[in-house]
Amino acid sequence: MKYMLMMHTPRDMSGGMESWSPEDVKNHIEFQHRFDRELTEAGEMVFNEGLTFPDQALVVRADDKGAPVVTDGPFPESKEFLIGFWIVDVATAERAYEIAATASSAPGPGGQALGIPIEVRPIAGPPPIEV
Amino acid sequence: MSVADTPGPSRTEVEDLLRELAPRVLGTVARKYRDFDTAEDAVQEALLAASTQWPTQGVPESPEAWLVTVASRRLINMWRGDEARRRREDAMFAMEPRSGADVPRADAAPAETDDTLLLLFLCCHPTLTHASAVALTLRAVGGLTTAQIAAAFLVPEPTMAQRISRAKQTIGRSGARFELPDRDGWRGRLASVLTVLYLTFSEGYASVDADALLRPDLSREAIRLTRLLGRLLPEEAEVAGLLALMVLTDARRAARIGPQGDLIPLPRQDRGRWDRAAIAEGVELISATLQKGAVGPYQLQAAIAAVHDEAERAEETDWPQILALYGVLERVAPNPIVTLNRAVALSMVDGPRAGLDLLSTVDDKLAGHYRLAVVRGHLLEMAGDRDAAVTQLRAAAAGTRSQAELAFLLTEIARLRTAVADVNPPSRDPGTPRA
Repeated sequence: MKYMLMMHTPRDMSGGMESWSPEDVKNHIEFQHRFDRELTEAGEMVFNEGLTFPDQALVVRADDKGAPVVTDGPFPESKEFLIGFWIVDVATAERAYEIAATASSAPGPGGQALGIPIEVRPIAGPPPIEV
Repeated sequence: MSVADTPGPSRTEVEDLLRELAPRVLGTVARKYRDFDTAEDAVQEALLAASTQWPTQGVPESPEAWLVTVASRRLINMWRGDEARRRREDAMFAMEPRSGADVPRADAAPAETDDTLLLLFLCCHPTLTHASAVALTLRAVGGLTTAQIAAAFLVPEPTMAQRISRAKQTIGRSGARFELPDRDGWRGRLASVLTVLYLTFSEGYASVDADALLRPDLSREAIRLTRLLGRLLPEEAEVAGLLALMVLTDARRAARIGPQGDLIPLPRQDRGRWDRAAIAEGVELISATLQKGAVGPYQLQAAIAAVHDEAERAEETDWPQILALYGVLERVAPNPIVTLNRAVALSMVDGPRAGLDLLSTVDDKLAGHYRLAVVRGHLLEMAGDRDAAVTQLRAAAAGTRSQAELAFLLTEIARLRTAVADVNPPSRDPGTPRA
């Protein structure tokens, strides 16, 4: 079963990693690398990417001729934005939650677990086999 | 089947041999049948067959002739398909020689080296996007399989197969001929080839993934192909310049990435981990090339890389020389990124204020470019203005598209915020100039 695990982070960067000590930043980054490596070694990682900051995000809609209409920064009202995701292939939903919990526990200032909210969404599969 | 007593060639040996033979075999088959698209597919199949058979059955006496025979047989089978027949007719039309002078003489000795050169020019054809040209070059000239190329670019194999197939169709439609560009077109076409090789190198060099070991090494492959091109065109100084630039940059690779995939900028690298043999080769190459005259951008960038590589310690870097070289580069190939790098060198020679003044001249051209913010941040730090430096690095962090660089910038911001003035600050560190 495949799941997409989505990590969100507050839009306000100053409340984020920018105010941490170098040691805390280092520990956090090391945690993320270790986490990715362990998922790969467990044979559960399908794909993962980190995203750029929302400053670079644009919203595109088609005009009546199908041409792209590009507008600036999406959803200025939202307080959190997607910063990275993992697609994992796991045996059970419980395992997906377990992985999400690990991702959520990434260390923050003073080594405290951040408790980042991780959205877990099953990936739609093929149609059922008719019998 | 296999010769039990004599150990067969190792898989790596076979692969190396095949990759060396690949462009020559393709050149021969494409020339013979005048159908680049089908010849390319047929040669891939012949290479695959060889890579599975040779390690167990041994390498045939004349491996090149074996591959040509197998590929030719495959090509004729492919031609029997309806769709392929249509393609052949298109291709024949596209490859129709324009004049008698272009017709390859039947009695001429097979000019295998020329064929490799022809292939490179064809695969780096200006009608292709850079991404397509890189992929096609790696397959047709480099002899990599589609699966390997897909792995190198981290895209699914069918995506890469489609990209390569479309690239070949684009070449077919463009009417490109299997011949060397004429004198008028030569410069521009060679420039396209060099760009494709450089992009291939950068793609490999930029990857800092933990699983990079599982992927084909695009930097090494680009160096191999540029070496090959250098042998074919020994008089082209920019080819030698590009090769020197790659070798001198690649020499620092082991020191560039920390154990956690973290970026280590040039001034903080452990220079003991630099590849001394590669540096010696690159320095010799660029020194010999620069003496020939007609200096181009790749030679200048190689010369700058050589100055960095020759410094035993970061503090011993000959910044006045680097500054002078960036000055020449800016005149030869004006480009705001070059100015950015010159500002770094200028700061190291005349102090950060001089560098910051120079930066303000490219504000318009590089508005919003994160590299500008990175460099300005570091120069502001050198100038002692930590708060302004943090503001710049924050803007840079929001603008970078590299996870490794983002991590690096966040670490730098944290360092700046907590740094105390009496600690010997690594502020003599303008970041890594990127040529």
